[in-house]
Amino acid sequence: MNVERILINALEAGIGLETVVFALAAIGLNVHFGYTGLLNFGQSAFMAMAAYGIGTTVATFDLPLWLGVIFGLLAAVLLALLLGIPTLRLRADYLAIVTIAAAEIVRLTVRSVTFEETFGGSDGRQGFSNDFYSINPYPEGFYGVGRFGFSERPIWVLTVGWTLVALSCLFVFLLMRSPWGRVLKAIREDEDAVRSLGKNVYSYKMQSLVIGGVLGCLGGFILALGRSSIQPDIFGTETTFFAYTVLILGGAARVASPVVGAMIFWVVLSLTDNVLNEAIDAGYVSTSIINNTQVGQFRFMLVGLSLMLLMIFRPQGIFGDRREIALDAR
Amino acid sequence: MRRRVAVALATMMSALVCVLGLGAGVAHAEGESIFGFLRNAKGGDLVPVEGAKITVKGPGVNETATTDDTGRWTVEVGKPGTYTVTIDQKSLPKGVTLRNPDADSLKVPVVESQDKPVLFALGKSTRVIQSKWAQAAQLSAEGLRFGLIIALAAVGLSLIFGTTGLTNFSHGELVTLGAIIAWWVSTGNLPLSLPGYGGVNFLVAAAITLAIMGLIGWANDARLWGPLRRRGTGLIAAMIVSIGLSLLLRYLLLYLFSGSSRAYPAYRGQKGVDIGPITLSPADYISMAIAIVVLMAVAYALLRTRLGKATRAVSDNPALASASGIDVDGVIRTVWIAGSMLAGLAGILLGIAQGINFQIGFQILLLMFAAVTLGGLGTAFGALVGSIVVGMFVTVSTLVIPAELKNVGALGILIIILLVRPQGILGRAERVG
Amino acid sequence: MTTQQGSDDRPRTDSGTEAGADSGTDRGVHERAAGNALLRADEVIAGYVPGVNILNGCDFYVDDGELVGIIGPNGAGKSTLLKAIFGLIKVSSGTITLRGEDITGQKANQLVTKGVGFVPQTNNVFPSLTIEENLQMGVFQAPKKFKQSFEFVTGLFPALGDRRAQRAGSLSGGERQMVAMGRALMMEPSVLLLDEPSAGLSPALQDEVFVRTRQINRAGVSVIMVEQNARRCLQICDRGYVLDQGRNAYTASGKDLSNDPKVIELYLGTLAKA
Repeated sequence: MNVERILINALEAGIGLETVVFALAAIGLNVHFGYTGLLNFGQSAFMAMAAYGIGTTVATFDLPLWLGVIFGLLAAVLLALLLGIPTLRLRADYLAIVTIAAAEIVRLTVRSVTFEETFGGSDGRQGFSNDFYSINPYPEGFYGVGRFGFSERPIWVLTVGWTLVALSCLFVFLLMRSPWGRVLKAIREDEDAVRSLGKNVYSYKMQSLVIGGVLGCLGGFILALGRSSIQPDIFGTETTFFAYTVLILGGAARVASPVVGAMIFWVVLSLTDNVLNEAIDAGYVSTSIINNTQVGQFRFMLVGLSLMLLMIFRPQGIFGDRREIALDAR
Repeated sequence: MRRRVAVALATMMSALVCVLGLGAGVAHAEGESIFGFLRNAKGGDLVPVEGAKITVKGPGVNETATTDDTGRWTVEVGKPGTYTVTIDQKSLPKGVTLRNPDADSLKVPVVESQDKPVLFALGKSTRVIQSKWAQAAQLSAEGLRFGLIIALAAVGLSLIFGTTGLTNFSHGELVTLGAIIAWWVSTGNLPLSLPGYGGVNFLVAAAITLAIMGLIGWANDARLWGPLRRRGTGLIAAMIVSIGLSLLLRYLLLYLFSGSSRAYPAYRGQKGVDIGPITLSPADYISMAIAIVVLMAVAYALLRTRLGKATRAVSDNPALASASGIDVDGVIRTVWIAGSMLAGLAGILLGIAQGINFQIGFQILLLMFAAVTLGGLGTAFGALVGSIVVGMFVTVSTLVIPAELKNVGALGILIIILLVRPQGILGRAERVG
Repeated sequence: MTTQQGSDDRPRTDSGTEAGADSGTDRGVHERAAGNALLRADEVIAGYVPGVNILNGCDFYVDDGELVGIIGPNGAGKSTLLKAIFGLIKVSSGTITLRGEDITGQKANQLVTKGVGFVPQTNNVFPSLTIEENLQMGVFQAPKKFKQSFEFVTGLFPALGDRRAQRAGSLSGGERQMVAMGRALMMEPSVLLLDEPSAGLSPALQDEVFVRTRQINRAGVSVIMVEQNARRCLQICDRGYVLDQGRNAYTASGKDLSNDPKVIELYLGTLAKA
């Protein structure tokens, strides 16, 4: 069993692409769920807006990348408005069902053969990230210590990604300290009380939905650029629920917890994946019990179980405050 | 402060363990391939077609295979991905044609270490080209069948929501469990080998499955949801727990059942029976009859029996139900058991209709939600009507929209309905005071 | 948190024992009078949140065939006392007995079979069930009683029989109150607990409710009613309790209480002037 490789993989996972992507997705969900109490189960759709925003703009229509970024952001805002209009006046569980349905609509549409010309069907889109890597300031080479590290392309993505994470955290921190943020938290606690203060709850919720969606959409950009390709099935419901697990693991309604949650989440997944794989290769675990393919399935079981246990025994996650979590809102 | 320390600690610890690393080998996934058998339907027999050329294109692959004397062809593709499989129609021997000459190219997703079968239908279609109306009739019948199956599952979902307030995201897995357990029990291919057990008659297996589903429903309430209710777990927390349970069960079933699609041997390749313009297999007709009888029994139970009325009373007002002397926990337990059995039955019928895989239930979960929301959350009759509407809509809409987008239409309708009539079709706004 | 709770508890226990020792006052009177009562509560301490008690040693009894009213200012614990008796909230100390049997902490559905009926203040019908089904739910534990009880209840409230197939959700507040009372009477309870039955009703309907309550009582059912409308309540009651801060401040016959200057000053004052 190669302990060094396992640990290096885990460490790289802890600051790697997935961590950045899910940190951003969870920061967005934190604005929705943690601070406002909105149950957005369609975060993957916001990420898809970003990814397909640049994917189609560049790969399908041959337009510059920066335009794709603008389209992606606009699409995320538009999606938030579309989702918010019918549901924000209704009970919390309606929003949950509508957002998850919308996310599936988005995924089924972009993966369909009907729109293959535009979205690339189940193959998705490739070859849209050249503009991004052409401005890579890192010269060719390996950046790291010993075997731990990244080559120039990933390190460029990670630099941009972590900058976005830091800026998003700062943004959320300042936002939630402002009077605007206090209104959001008040809506989470008691909508009617906020209404009686003369605030337009609907408008505040809508703003929260847009802001959180745009933050999640940043994760979509990083994911698309980091992989240089996008496939529709990345944006399935599992992605949203992974982001929820990240958020709840860190602790909802805390600025930095999505980041810590994402790090722990991906380190643990990398460790279990690698340890299991190595154990199977080394013959410690019989392939009749689990083979290398099934390791990926084990990951989902682990996430599902953790989500259950967290919610039952520690809904406030690692850093959260139990009193600050919207668990009883209807 | 505490957060910063924790981040620093985590980083330091990972750095530390990293330094202690040692070396060894790395894993390789097994090879993936795409294969198929080319056989021509000729007078009821299937004759292998030799020498036909089939091309597989995809990321890094562009290979042509030729069928052997058994009609078999294989292309090693080496990694998961989506591949385009095209049959060269000119390479087919004389007298052999594709059933649909336009469908000479298929898009095939291949998952890790999967040998993916791809079939091209040859020979004349057994079905005559239909008029639009005949198609509509056929699709309506299929839609009704689908709607009835959704209804079986959705009624349970709705009753559980009504009596406990739980939006159960793991209800789809109850459907899958029903389908898969029935397959296990009927074929004898259990995930744990049971010496001497070779499977039983399908109807016996179905009965055993329903009993097991009842037990699973009981366990759901007795071991998980009941204790959570007593702890005062909030409804949103419970909803997220159900999402976790759904993920856990779905991938546990993938692990136990594998990712392939299977069918109940008893109902494989049944010949269709025509009723007017409609062709369905006998199993389909029987499925629909069973679903209708069971749904009517549920409706009767809810409307006329003491327990059914108590169930509606608990849905209306659990506190008052308790104050009236109704054993609320007992009613909820019954609802869980019945709801799980109904979901299991839906799974079995769905498995007969479209084959069994590990996410058969998850795939209809959103349609169930759509049905329940359409009909008005928490009213069992709304769920019933909503299900039929959704099932019909999804199926019949393929007349005008591509089949792959049928669910998009249904989910879109869900959103529009919420916009104009949030209480659902049958939901009623209650008078207050 | 814990220290606060401790210091909160102490004076309560002290005053409880004080009252008990000083047997010329409430406790002594209660002890002597409640001897063979149908339903009695002794030194009940209860609340909704652990550590915050609403009832601080409440004594109470009702005799067979009696109509007892409980009045008091908002937050005095009137409704809480009913809920404690009916097992809807946890009683942390004290006992509740029904015909000498200890029923403290028993679940509501058990009490229903023992002859206790309860009509909550709000949400007191099943809106999606018909009137008849609502009444049926009242005899859930003894379905055979339905026919006989249905006749009894529709005798009291003829409107319910005429509109038996109508959904309760479509009824007005006063009609719902009738359905709720009817449902609670279906099990032929020996004692009926009414939580502010006149709340939210028009003055005319309020009168109707009080008349009905008296009628039910005359039919042989002991009634405990909690009321905001103190004056009206005391007029029809055999006996009344004035609750204050979770303890009984006064107990006397309805007539005596409504004439008691202290009660008038404290609780009936505004009403008396009006």
